[in-house]
Amino acid sequence: MQADLILFWVFAPISVASGIGMLLMRNAVHAALFLIVNFFCLAVFYLVLGAPFLFAVQIIVYAGAIMVLFLFVIMLLGVDGREDLRERRLIAQRPLAALLGVGFVLEVFFAVRASVGFSRHAPGGFDTINEGGNAQALARVLFHKYFFPFEVTSILLIIAAIAAMVLAQRKARAITQAEMEARNASREPASAPRPVA
Amino acid sequence: MSTPVAYFLLLSSILFAIGTIGVLVRKNALIIFMSVELQLNAVNLSLVAFSRMHNSLDGQVLAFFSMVVAAAEVVVGLAIIVSVYRRIRSVNVDDAEALRG
Amino acid sequence: MSVLALAPIGAPTSALSVLWLIPALPLAGAAINLLAGKRLGRLAGSLATALVASAFILSIVVVRDLVAVDAGSRLYVRHLFEWIHVGAFSVGADLRLDTLSAVMILVVTGIGSLIHLYAIGYMHGDPRYGRFFAYLNLFVFFMLLLVLGQNLLLLYVGWEGVGLCSYLLIGFWFDKTENANAAKKAFVTTRIGDTAMLIGLALLVVRFGTLDFTAIFGSAGGTLTKGAATTIALLLFAGAVGKSAQVPLHVWLPDAMAGPTPVSALIHAATMVTAGVYLVLRMHVIFESSGVALTVVAITGLVTMLFAGTCAFGQDDIKRVLAYSTVSQLGYMFMAAGMRAYSIALFMLVAHAFYKALMFLGAGSVMHGMHEETDMKRMGGLIRRMPVSGITFIIGALALSGIFPLSGFFAKDQILEVANSTGRPWMYVLGTAGALLSALYMGRLVFLTFFGRPRSEQAERARESSPVMTVPLVVLAIGAAVAGLLDTSTNGLISRLVEPVLGAVPEGAAGIAKPVLVAISLTAAVVGLFVTWVVYASGTIDWLALRVRMQPAQRVLEHGWYVDNYYSALLVTPGKAVAAWSAYVFDTRVLDGVVDGIGAAIRALARSGRRVQTGLVRTYALAFLAGAICLLVYAGFRL
Repeated sequence: MQADLILFWVFAPISVASGIGMLLMRNAVHAALFLIVNFFCLAVFYLVLGAPFLFAVQIIVYAGAIMVLFLFVIMLLGVDGREDLRERRLIAQRPLAALLGVGFVLEVFFAVRASVGFSRHAPGGFDTINEGGNAQALARVLFHKYFFPFEVTSILLIIAAIAAMVLAQRKARAITQAEMEARNASREPASAPRPVA
Repeated sequence: MSTPVAYFLLLSSILFAIGTIGVLVRKNALIIFMSVELQLNAVNLSLVAFSRMHNSLDGQVLAFFSMVVAAAEVVVGLAIIVSVYRRIRSVNVDDAEALRG
Repeated sequence: MSVLALAPIGAPTSALSVLWLIPALPLAGAAINLLAGKRLGRLAGSLATALVASAFILSIVVVRDLVAVDAGSRLYVRHLFEWIHVGAFSVGADLRLDTLSAVMILVVTGIGSLIHLYAIGYMHGDPRYGRFFAYLNLFVFFMLLLVLGQNLLLLYVGWEGVGLCSYLLIGFWFDKTENANAAKKAFVTTRIGDTAMLIGLALLVVRFGTLDFTAIFGSAGGTLTKGAATTIALLLFAGAVGKSAQVPLHVWLPDAMAGPTPVSALIHAATMVTAGVYLVLRMHVIFESSGVALTVVAITGLVTMLFAGTCAFGQDDIKRVLAYSTVSQLGYMFMAAGMRAYSIALFMLVAHAFYKALMFLGAGSVMHGMHEETDMKRMGGLIRRMPVSGITFIIGALALSGIFPLSGFFAKDQILEVANSTGRPWMYVLGTAGALLSALYMGRLVFLTFFGRPRSEQAERARESSPVMTVPLVVLAIGAAVAGLLDTSTNGLISRLVEPVLGAVPEGAAGIAKPVLVAISLTAAVVGLFVTWVVYASGTIDWLALRVRMQPAQRVLEHGWYVDNYYSALLVTPGKAVAAWSAYVFDTRVLDGVVDGIGAAIRALARSGRRVQTGLVRTYALAFLAGAICLLVYAGFRL
């Protein structure tokens, strides 16, 4: 019994359960918390699969930043109340969704069975790939082979930040002349700047 | 590693399916968005699994980029949800039906 | 047999080359008056009259040049331009002057100009004075085109054109609905005949490949089968029945009296209604090839003559008497044509033109004096108050009745002679009965209108009309009187003139001797006139009381044996029902239904298509997923 097998069979049900939990929760905050659990499980899987760097990044970025952002917006909009889980408008939606979901899984099952096969283990030799540590190896690939996409993604992040700022701002009303004078008038007239004590 | 790679792929597909069903069934915009994140993570998992399978780091790099883009996307997406909320005072996607034909 | 081997005149003499001017002048007058009639004012009438009169003078010159040539070659054809050219079929705008058309243009322009002159006075003060003369001129143009055409298509153009002008002129005072209705009735009724005629023209094209007279006359004699000839002849005759108001298409003519009197005189007495006779005369070659057709023509003429004669006797409206009289006299002409006495029919046409136009104009003069009253019951004693009108009218009436030596006598007499001598005794008897009838209704008209004591205030205060109206009356009266000299016998001037075109009058030796015939017909006329004098003018019989006792019979005659009512019940009412059904049921429900239905169907289709656009994000997401899965399956199978 290898460690990875144990880890897999422990955390896989947890991740599926938390996924389904997230699906079923009426309260948005509860759903977010279940998703965080799911992310943690995935992080463990990354570790199992020999990607320790991603393990860290997953926890820091996804669970730490993104989900916090989610929770922040949930709190901001005040939607932690009860959501009506009954389906009134699109009656066929749920059966269809279930059907398609199951169908999808089956499809992948057959595709995998046909191509990869369920008995195939990962080939050895992954440790040589991770020479000098996963981060160093990743850096070697990232800054040589994928340098251009790296730079582009940095631009993407800046754009995203700007877009968010623009989208979320409230439009400022133009200050009229009268208001300006009113402001000036409310200040103490002819006040010399007081010297700093 | 004694776990067959295919297990991870299957797990990834299950999680993806759960995310998809979440997108289709839930009405709360934020939860839909979270389901999308679940989908993205499922795909990341399969990418890393393939990377392990092919003994190459390309999959991990791709998963890394995916995370970056997902982060940016979350930022913009949440900003949009906030804007829409300001308009229709609700996060129920069924209430945003102005494009109804 | 007709001899149509006329050789066209080679080098056109100077006068004949302006043949085209004869129709062109009235056309110009019509154009000028249509465009500038209002501005011309009173000048419009004089202009129109002058143009028609000039056309008349030109006609005289042209005809004189025509007869200067010897009899065998009195034919002038002038090709103006190529009108239609489709494949093997071509029609040229060609004019034809032979002795038949020569006589016709003289009648049309001569009597036309007199009537134009009369109309200047009659239509004085009418707000649409210029328009009236434009229409009159246009009519003269079309009539000339009809008789001068060298092919049946030009004839048909003229035929339709005079129909149009008749419609315009009958309904000239269109603000009164009954005038407009009368115009419509005239047009629609003649249209029935015109359609048959058009089919006949089409058959001629099928048979001969052309509508040119020379071509048809040349080959018709030998190559036309009896059946084809009968069909074509009957179809053409149907057109004549419509245009010349024969039974059963006669119903429009009495109603057409709603138009101004000059119109009645020109169109419905002297010229347009004679177009049918002209057609039969012109196309007699076709008719000759089929004995059936000729018999039909003669019988139609006979029946019409008697029928209309009875109706004329029962009318109280002076113009309606004259209208039915015209129908009856036209029947006489067709009778003659049916007996192959074409030149006599032509002579009667000429004589009738004179005395009927005269009587219509005289009636117009009477109506003017009576302040537009037409009911003879309110007239009386007008001979003292309107002497010129009265005397000229009486001359015309006597001419119609067939009193020697006026024109009508010679015409009628010759027709009866032919009937008698060619072995048709019953036609002779009925023809003589017809002559008696015409004397009866004419006498009634004359005695009621001009003699006795005035029976109303208007009659007492009637005065003679102005010279511009009485002068044409006098001229026409002279014409009616002496026109008989034109054709005193079968060797008369006109007969000899048109013999190369129309053939000789059939001769026979059967029946009664000629002097006896003359005596019989004269006696019939005199008896008729005498009887009416006794009843209406001598004062010995209270004709008003008699009329009251004979009321039912008089009603029948007055309503024309209720033919109009039969037509109305059998044709008009069902026709209107069909029209109403088409308009309100078929059109609104079926046709509009189809159109609206298409729209509704598209709307329904769109409505169901719209349901895809739910506006809900989840639906679209579902669609994405479904599409993605399909693609995956497809890719899966491919691999």
